[in-house]
Amino acid sequence: MISVKNIEKSYSSKKVLKGIDLDISKGKTVALIGPSGCGKSTLLRIIMGLIEADTGTVSIAGEILSDKNVLQLRHKMGYVIQKGGLFPHLTARENTTITAEYLGWESSKIEKRLYELAELVQIDKKLLDRKPDDISGGQAQRISLIRALMLDPEIILLDEPLGSIDPLVRHELQTDLKKIFQQLQKTVLLVTHDLGEAAFLGSEIVLMKDGEIIQQGDIRSIMNNPANEFVEQFITAQRSPLEEY
Amino acid sequence: MRYLSTILSFRLISVMAEKLENLKMRVKKVSSSDSTHSLEMKKTVLTLGICFLVLFSLTAQPTVKIGSKLFTESVILGEITSQLLEVNGLETEYTKQLGGTRILWNALLAEEIDIYPDYTGTLIQEILQGKEINSFEELQFELRSFDIGATQPLGFNNTYALGMNRKQAEELNLNKISDLKKHQELKYGFSNEFLDRNDGWKGLREFYKINASNVTGLDHDLAYRGLEAGNIEVIDLYSTDAEIEYYDLKVLEDDLEFFPAYEAVILYRLDMERSNPEAIKLIKQLEGIVTEPKMVAMNAAVKLNGRSDAEVASDFLEDNMSLDSEIQIETLWTRLWRNTLGHLYLVGISLSLAILIAIPLGIIAAKVRSMESTVIGFVGILQTIPSLALLVFMIPLLGIGSVPAMAALFLYSLLPIVRNTHSGIKNIPEPMMESAHALGLPNSVILNKIELPLAVPTILAGIKTSAVINVGTATLGALIGAGGYGQPILTGIRLDSTALILEGAIPAALLALLVQGFFDLIEKWLGYERV
Repeated sequence: MISVKNIEKSYSSKKVLKGIDLDISKGKTVALIGPSGCGKSTLLRIIMGLIEADTGTVSIAGEILSDKNVLQLRHKMGYVIQKGGLFPHLTARENTTITAEYLGWESSKIEKRLYELAELVQIDKKLLDRKPDDISGGQAQRISLIRALMLDPEIILLDEPLGSIDPLVRHELQTDLKKIFQQLQKTVLLVTHDLGEAAFLGSEIVLMKDGEIIQQGDIRSIMNNPANEFVEQFITAQRSPLEEY
Repeated sequence: MRYLSTILSFRLISVMAEKLENLKMRVKKVSSSDSTHSLEMKKTVLTLGICFLVLFSLTAQPTVKIGSKLFTESVILGEITSQLLEVNGLETEYTKQLGGTRILWNALLAEEIDIYPDYTGTLIQEILQGKEINSFEELQFELRSFDIGATQPLGFNNTYALGMNRKQAEELNLNKISDLKKHQELKYGFSNEFLDRNDGWKGLREFYKINASNVTGLDHDLAYRGLEAGNIEVIDLYSTDAEIEYYDLKVLEDDLEFFPAYEAVILYRLDMERSNPEAIKLIKQLEGIVTEPKMVAMNAAVKLNGRSDAEVASDFLEDNMSLDSEIQIETLWTRLWRNTLGHLYLVGISLSLAILIAIPLGIIAAKVRSMESTVIGFVGILQTIPSLALLVFMIPLLGIGSVPAMAALFLYSLLPIVRNTHSGIKNIPEPMMESAHALGLPNSVILNKIELPLAVPTILAGIKTSAVINVGTATLGALIGAGGYGQPILTGIRLDSTALILEGAIPAALLALLVQGFFDLIEKWLGYERV
């Protein structure tokens, strides 16, 4: 469903992606993980067509991403970012339906889809008429998810969707997200820096460091056979609440 | 919301047009009691609103357009001419206090005006300098080469002179201009035009070889005040100034006979002899009848006794030509209303046009990287031109009146709006733009639905800044005959009347506050906090 070949990207003299190859098959939920600055968010933006790669290609559902089809391919991908993604001058409803309206959907169809999704992400319909500043961070992310799912895309890309949510709400949202992913059977690519979240949500984990993919596989295989010292360190660096000094 | 500004500006233009239409009706005293024509009226207003500028520049009615210079005597002569034509059934349009000699002469050549009073000495020294002219006939001959005609002299010689406080003159034993050579320390205060003219200070100091280090330029009407206050000690005079007697000034004798004769005449374009022979016949009736004592008395009546130019001119026509010219004496309120409309007209149209042009310019600057510095730089440079200079630059391009004033105000209003539109769009947080693009919306939709609405508070703040500056700057429009609150200020300076100056200054300040409040209200109404 998503196929990334030999993607390279430099900012001024710094190479942030050094030849990334990645294939994500239909229905998989992949968690892209790594320390900050490893290039995982950049890779996500390149897949979305928001940034142009220096070399390499991105294929979405068999089509190579280019300037010509980028708008149309974006309609096949839902995108959720950490925070600030909702437009403050629009209500939650307007935020979620803007693209459907642009595409000329009938209002009854939009309405139906909106309520369907509100139910899926478990958000009170009353909140739909509020502006983003008047709802909580967790609710805002649920609204963002509705917006990403509005056109029923085959792919969902999430860039640290729960990064700025407080722990209790995050826990609840993680559970809900997992349910939603299982229910919808979409192809999901999720960027996170939290191994626990990656293991919980992702059926497969892709570990990146300094613009390269270091190891790829399910959490068990990674934990049992860390590819190198870095992976080992990365795994042990996740602190347990019961850890003693 | 994106259409708000557009709608606002169109609304503003049509309101202005309506107001102006009313104003015109008032002036022409047409009774428009027929209110059944309101639909037709609305149509007219709409048409006017859309092609207002075009219409305005094409107002080629067979009216005789009269101009006058900045000082009282010229204003009175213009008024006499205007009333003389009016009472004989001709339509006139009188723009008083239009500017100095050059502005009026050029306006006459450019057919901005048809008639204005001037002086033979000024014409010879200023306009026809370098030509050998020794008689009035030779002067007429030279003027003819510009297709300009002059009446015979009106009857008085208003020559330049230098004057000072009588007491000080006696103490220093100063009687003639030559005596000034002995007193380099004297403080000179000359009218700006006198300062630069060949027949003024420039020529005089060379001719008399006067060394003076302390020379300032100021408005002629303020000079007497400065003299009395002791800020300046020697000033230029017009020999028909009423103040000479009033302030008991010593007129220094032009012992080397530097100043030429300044016989008052009325200039007109020769084509008037064919197109409006009646008007020329009428103004020639003024030849020889405005004697020096009469002119001094009229100057005194206006400047010292506070009578209006119109009244004094009307009395003159009655006493000397037995003409009963009806003059309408405006009350303070009608004057205020007229000036307010004039001012709103200048501000409304220039600001509306600025909004219509500046917002797209700001968008281009924000969106087209190659245009960014060009656009911002260009409007920035416009802003650095002093407003007075910008107004004067407009004269050769657009002539005089409200059109060039609006053009200058328009250019002046661009920067705050362009800059704020540009920064309002540029400062939208990156994550928001990223999500907008991620939705797969084309750039035009993103601009209309997301960027512009998010930039509205900043754009509105820019419009507010422009509007407030515009209201203030528009007072300068009176300098090129555009009317508005600057008119009473200008007349107030001429007549040395604080009341008149305040009559323009206070409403201008109030209007600026009102405009500010109006935009504050819009911001509140749209739910934006102060930016």
